[in-house]
Amino acid sequence: MSDQEAVTPHAPDADDPQYLAWRAAYEASKLRDVPFETMSGVPVEPVYGDGPYPGQYPYTRGVYPTMYRSRLWTMRMFAGFGTAEDTNARFHDILRNGGTGLSTAFDMPTLMGRDSDSPWSTGEVGRAGVAVDTLADMEDLYSGIDLGSVSTSMTINGPAAIVMAMYIAVGEKNGVSRAELAGTIQNDIFKEYQAQKEYIYPPRPSVRIVTDMIEFTSAEMPKWHPISISGYHIREAGSTAAQELAFTLANGFAYVEAAVAAGVDVDGFAGRLSFFFNSHIDFFEEIGKFRAARRIWARWMKERYGATSERSLLCRFHTQTAGVSLTAQQPENNIARVAIQALAGALGGTQSLHTDSYDEALALPTEKAARIALRTQQIVAHETGVTNVADPLGGSPYVEWMTDEMERQAEAIFAHLEDLGSGSLLEGVYAGIENGYFVGEIADAAYRFEREVNAGRRIIVGVNEFTDGDDPQRELLRIGAEVEDYQLKRLADVKQQRDGQAVAAALAAVTAAAADPTVNLMNPILDAVRVYATLEEVVRAMEVEFGTYVEKAII
Amino acid sequence: MTDQPPPLRIVLAKLGLDGHDRGLKVVARILRDAGMEVIYLGLRQTTDSIVAAAEQEDADAIGLSMHNAGHMTLGPNMVKALADADLPIPVIIGGIVPDEDVAPLLEAGVAAVLGPGASAEEVANTVRNAVSAAV
Repeated sequence: MSDQEAVTPHAPDADDPQYLAWRAAYEASKLRDVPFETMSGVPVEPVYGDGPYPGQYPYTRGVYPTMYRSRLWTMRMFAGFGTAEDTNARFHDILRNGGTGLSTAFDMPTLMGRDSDSPWSTGEVGRAGVAVDTLADMEDLYSGIDLGSVSTSMTINGPAAIVMAMYIAVGEKNGVSRAELAGTIQNDIFKEYQAQKEYIYPPRPSVRIVTDMIEFTSAEMPKWHPISISGYHIREAGSTAAQELAFTLANGFAYVEAAVAAGVDVDGFAGRLSFFFNSHIDFFEEIGKFRAARRIWARWMKERYGATSERSLLCRFHTQTAGVSLTAQQPENNIARVAIQALAGALGGTQSLHTDSYDEALALPTEKAARIALRTQQIVAHETGVTNVADPLGGSPYVEWMTDEMERQAEAIFAHLEDLGSGSLLEGVYAGIENGYFVGEIADAAYRFEREVNAGRRIIVGVNEFTDGDDPQRELLRIGAEVEDYQLKRLADVKQQRDGQAVAAALAAVTAAAADPTVNLMNPILDAVRVYATLEEVVRAMEVEFGTYVEKAII
Repeated sequence: MTDQPPPLRIVLAKLGLDGHDRGLKVVARILRDAGMEVIYLGLRQTTDSIVAAAEQEDADAIGLSMHNAGHMTLGPNMVKALADADLPIPVIIGGIVPDEDVAPLLEAGVAAVLGPGASAEEVANTVRNAVSAAV
């Protein structure tokens, strides 16, 4: 026996009941039809090291027993610019090139619930994403795409309920029922107050909208993820890895508490919560963070929130490489950064991945740069062999320590938030938003990092070291003012052709629903978008009751 | 008796809807550490609110942060709003601005453009130079 250990020190113990249970689950799974061996022909096991194994509580080693042997991560590339037609063309390009999911970026006015003809929108229409004013734009956006066969991700928060309603309405027009629609809407309002700052209403009415969406999708949209709890933006705003982890999971617990308080059974929705993390450049810290996220979520859901369905315990997440790590100097170097970050995401067990384009520190990506980014993750998936073995770094003393350390730091932050909320994470998150805790912590961490770079204690290649060889900027994607002109005309046309009385009546119904917390807002919103009420009109119909949020300006 | 000049006063703001405030907050601290007085207006400011603050605070410079490609519209709008109010205060734009947009922005009256990766020293010097050039 000791001989055997010496020869294959990492082979799982064949008599271990945990291992046998994992093995049975593995054998029962459908696998991809590819050889699971090294490029030199050495066959490899699906997992090495100790249990609990992938697919076993607390899921530190992965949410599924087979991980990428059954299914690779979804290669989900985020796109959106110009008019809905422009973005639609990029979507078709992504699908033709082997992308397997669509991800929509909206322009800033849309994200803030403003129409293109609002004075606030001047100069920003279609610049950093696609402009959506009415259902007509959503019809253009998904034209020629079978909504019953793709999964769509929509990155929008403040006006998420309205955009989701528009997507449902597009499906209806194309004969795809809402029950068949698969996808995710970001809809994570807490991180807006903490980091991304795209809020409309104050926190409490915003959370009511979120819980209405959870309730609605739980009942009617079994393939829809009503919220993607996002650490990505918290990290981009400057947080540390542990803060990203802790704030994100705390927000998740807060939504669980809010939905349970609204009367939804925890196992009725928790299985469709998903997460979105950043994959930054410190390789092992990121992998530790991903592993810790799964363990913490499973433990808290089981022990604290009493979830019994296995699905409720799984922290399934999307990953995006760190936009903030990209440099404007020597931009081609970013291809290497993105590859390393993508690899960390794969080794961390992500369910889907967006790889950033190398030119994103300068502008939205060109088509070529976006293609290289997709190719980068295809190389990780198909050439490197890392998909053969689940959690290949599990058992490494450093990686296990890092996982524990991330968890320890996160637990300390949860304890602080519980104090703030007198035992409730939901109240703790509200309190942390109100007293500036989140924005203060993030700004401190961002400044600490900047000072280290500035003092040369932290090297950023091409920025503060190895700076020779920065070529002048080449081709960038430019969005001209003609997009704004086009969109303004499109909106004016839609407004002219629609039934004004029907719009007014539908908007009045939205306001009435907002005034009554026992009514779910989704159906009145659906009625309004079907008659081509604009995004901003619906936003304002709720604003009458909910008011607006203004952040205290804290440095 | 030392004749210390009063510290420079700079108004920092995000003009328009863009919510990316990491860079501007870092710049606020850099300028504060460099001895300037920072009036941080934060998010969702309009040209009017910035003009009002600059006037009321007797600002020497205005710093705007732009990450959403709106700079070619919003930058010149800001310069014009200051000119209309008869306030000769230099405007410095920081954030994501492609190289080829820098010359047209300067042409339109923006005093300086700071790109990503600018050091703390560069940031502070750019403000000082813009103020001395405007006097």
